[in-house]
Parts: sequence; structure tokens; C-alpha cells
Amino acid sequence: MTLLEDTKYLEVEIWRGDAAGGEFQSFQVPAYESQTILDVVSWVQQNTDPGLTYRYACRVGMCGSCAMMVNGTPRWTCRTHVKKVADGDRLRVAPLRNLPIIKDLATDMDPFFDKWVAAEGKHHPSKSREDQIEQIDPENSARVEANSGIECINCSVCYAACDTVAGNPDYLGPAALQRAWTLYNDARDAKKQVILDAVSGTGGCHNCHSQGSCTVHCPNELNPMKAIAGLKRETAISFLRKAR
Amino acid sequence: MRKTYRGHPLWFAYLLHRVSGLALALFLPAHFYLLSLALTAPERLDYFLNFAENPLVKIAEFGLVFGLAVHMFGGLRLLALEWLPWSANQKTLAASAVAVSFLISGTFFLQAI
Repeated sequence: MTLLEDTKYLEVEIWRGDAAGGEFQSFQVPAYESQTILDVVSWVQQNTDPGLTYRYACRVGMCGSCAMMVNGTPRWTCRTHVKKVADGDRLRVAPLRNLPIIKDLATDMDPFFDKWVAAEGKHHPSKSREDQIEQIDPENSARVEANSGIECINCSVCYAACDTVAGNPDYLGPAALQRAWTLYNDARDAKKQVILDAVSGTGGCHNCHSQGSCTVHCPNELNPMKAIAGLKRETAISFLRKAR
Repeated sequence: MRKTYRGHPLWFAYLLHRVSGLALALFLPAHFYLLSLALTAPERLDYFLNFAENPLVKIAEFGLVFGLAVHMFGGLRLLALEWLPWSANQKTLAASAVAVSFLISGTFFLQAI
């Protein structure tokens, strides 16, 4: 690539490799106004190396597929401005932490979604189609609690930020536990005890050390740490009730 | 700018809680051993108490009291986080635990010298 004299360039290091290993490769990318990390990665793929593998879909922070490690921090790359996170003009982009790498910047999200299911993060219906639709009071405190977690886009940023996941691969992780807490507080969910049992096992909510990285880095400003604290409380209360 | 995903107050509070807990776990056996000298070898205990008047030991004791206090108040913070209704000011609570611990250990140090 020929560098133009009057253009400013970013020094970008992108991790290249697969499950067997890899290393960072340097690229020079023209700097633009209002440029996102995803713009930079796309520019490299479209102009320098068509073989660069990465994942994205919506580009507007809805789909949760473009998260990567940017200068050591997990971020949704489509809504992260270069200006906000670059170290001078340097960027280092790597695949999400705590997940197996498929190739380059694309990670295998299966463990993340498997844990979502293992935490019973799925709806357990309490009514059939013949029943009346349940009236939900939006002011109800359990509903307010459930609402606080429903904007999760499954981007896995919290999962990548969590040192407990790094230390214990069986730990369900912040996103799955927050989903379980949301359903636990949903009046339409019929299996509250099943949820509590699922989140209080070996890899359950009690592994959490309340480091709070999930909450600091969640791009939608959700609070998985609060959800996990809620699950710890409810599982303990349920345990004490059974012991009586 | 945040350099890594760990550089935030609650992560440092976690680190402080871990390190102070490990330090106390290492300190306690030595502490109990020294106390046992009162029964088994009083003259050796007297020798140690004399050594403990050394200014460097006073500074170490400041660290010890700080470690003990920060582990206690940090532990109370975690109990509150897990058992009481959620409060949004977790960073302030962690900072308060450190501040109160510093106040206690500082007062201890000023009394000791």
C-alpha cells in the first residue's frame, strides 16, 4: 500500500491466527473523523487483507456480534470510537477473551450460549394458548427488577471482562446469570425453583467475587453484578427455607 | 484512559481484600505462636516485646492494623452487597472501607509512636 503524505494513519495491530496460536500483525489504516473500531477492522479487510476474519451484522449496537478486545478491554466495536480508545494513534485489536478462537477476530460463542441455557435462561411457560394473557403491572418491583436486565444483546463483553470465568471455565458467567435473574423476577415464568437450582451448582452464582468488571464494561450499562447478588440472596434464602 | 479491563475501583477493592486476607492468614499462626510463649517461654516473649518497640516494627504494625481493618470493612461491604437491598454507590462504599481503615490504622500508629 502506498502511504499518502497528507493523510493521517493509525498504527493498528490485529491478532491473526486460529485455535492453534497466532500473533499480532501490523497495519496502517487512514484515520477519519467519527471512525469506529469496526470501521478500522473493515477497512483492513476491504483494502489490505481480504482474508481477515471477524464478525459483525447490524453495525448499530443491536445484534451483539462484533465485540473484540480493543487495547486490552472488551468492547462493542461498532459503537466504540477510535478517538475514545486509541493510545495516541495506536490500536491493538484481539479476539474476545475467555472464548475459544476460531480464526483471527472471530471467537466460538458456543460455551457462552451453552451456559445461557445451563442457567435455565429460557422461558418456562406458566400458561397455554387457551389462557388469558397475564396482566403485567409495569410498576411492580419484581417487574422493575426484570426490566433492568432485558436490554442484554448477548455480546459477551461481560463474559470476556470476568476474571472468575478466566479462573473457572465452568462458571456460568455474568450474562447467563443476569438472564436467570431476569426470568426469576418475571411473573410469567413458571419454574423459579428450577432456575435457583440451576444457578446454585458448582459453576453457579456463588463463584462470583464481585469484582464488577461485567458492570463496568457492559456497553448497554446493565448491572450483572446486581443480578448475581440477587441470585446469591434468593438461593441462600431458598436453601435456609428447605433446611427448616 | 483505562489501560485494561481491570483498572476500576471495585477490582482494586477485590485485590485489596484478597491480599489482606492472605497476609492475615500468614500472620495469624505467627501471632498465636508468640502468644503461646507467654506460657512456655516467658523470657523469649519479653525479648520479642522489647524488639517490638523498634520503630520499623511500629511501621509494620501500622500495615498490619490497616490490613486487618480493610479486610473487616471490605468484608462488611461484601456482606452488604450480597444480603442487603442493592445500593448504587458500591464504589463509594469500597472507598469508605479504605478511608475508615486508614483512619483506624493511622490513629493506632500515632498512639504507638
